[in-house]
Amino acid sequence: MSTSASVDERFAVGAPLPATTFPITRKDLVRYAGASGDFNDIHWNGRFAVEVGLPDVIAHGMYTMAVAGRVLTDWAGDPAAVEEYFVRFSKPVVVPDDGVGALLEVTGKVAKALDERRVQVDLTVTSAGQKVLGKATAVVRCA
Amino acid sequence: MALDQSFVGRTYPPTPAYEVGREKIREFAEAIGDPSPAFRDPEAAKALGHPDVIAPPTFPIVISMPAADQVVYDPALGLDWSRVVHGDQRFTHERPMRPGDRVVAVVAVESIKSFAGNDMITLVTEMSTEEGELISTARALLVARAEAESEEQA
Repeated sequence: MSTSASVDERFAVGAPLPATTFPITRKDLVRYAGASGDFNDIHWNGRFAVEVGLPDVIAHGMYTMAVAGRVLTDWAGDPAAVEEYFVRFSKPVVVPDDGVGALLEVTGKVAKALDERRVQVDLTVTSAGQKVLGKATAVVRCA
Repeated sequence: MALDQSFVGRTYPPTPAYEVGREKIREFAEAIGDPSPAFRDPEAAKALGHPDVIAPPTFPIVISMPAADQVVYDPALGLDWSRVVHGDQRFTHERPMRPGDRVVAVVAVESIKSFAGNDMITLVTEMSTEEGELISTARALLVARAEAESEEQA
């Protein structure tokens, strides 16, 4: 599909989304727990997380998905342009209580044009050098 | 223990309506650290063509996750909820949620698979207004891990 004149150059296939790094602290997880209603202990209680075999408290998968999604919505301009969004939770984001926490690194690019009005965006989302979300893709309306 | 395949295709009763609140949207936006005025300021949202502020793309999890509990804790299905982890998640939006939407969720079991001792169940949750307008569909893969510890899933 050719890129029509009405389509902004930033939606051209191969165009990168602004790479963004997000710090994640325990406080962020507590705030997300409250806002989302997901109070699973593994997301705030280090003692419990270790008891069930995790290295430490881990971020909600949905929190990681939401934070990575900010790269999509910021780039798209209208958050509602993100019509579809998929992620696989492939590795946990470990968030130690060490005054620093974790870093989530998000990059993305326009992978393909789906039709005259929509593109597929692929995200790469890593923390501590590991891919934490697999096959993170979105359908974004661009016209 | 493999799950009962007869649950595939089963649809659970609609949840009571969840009323989307202006301050709940703001609270959720704050919690994901997103400063966009589209989630807070009706005028900014209107400038983007929306009738009122809108909710972020993953906001519907606030509704779909409790709705899925009907399945996760269904004693007839017998999922070992203490070993359930979230495998993947998809949202498909017809439009963003807005304050005042009274949202009813209907959860269906799309598939049940077993692999290497892990039970994998895919749930599709359709979220519609009480009048029947579909707003968003959430598709979640839940994995009940095998007894042997696996840290592949978050």
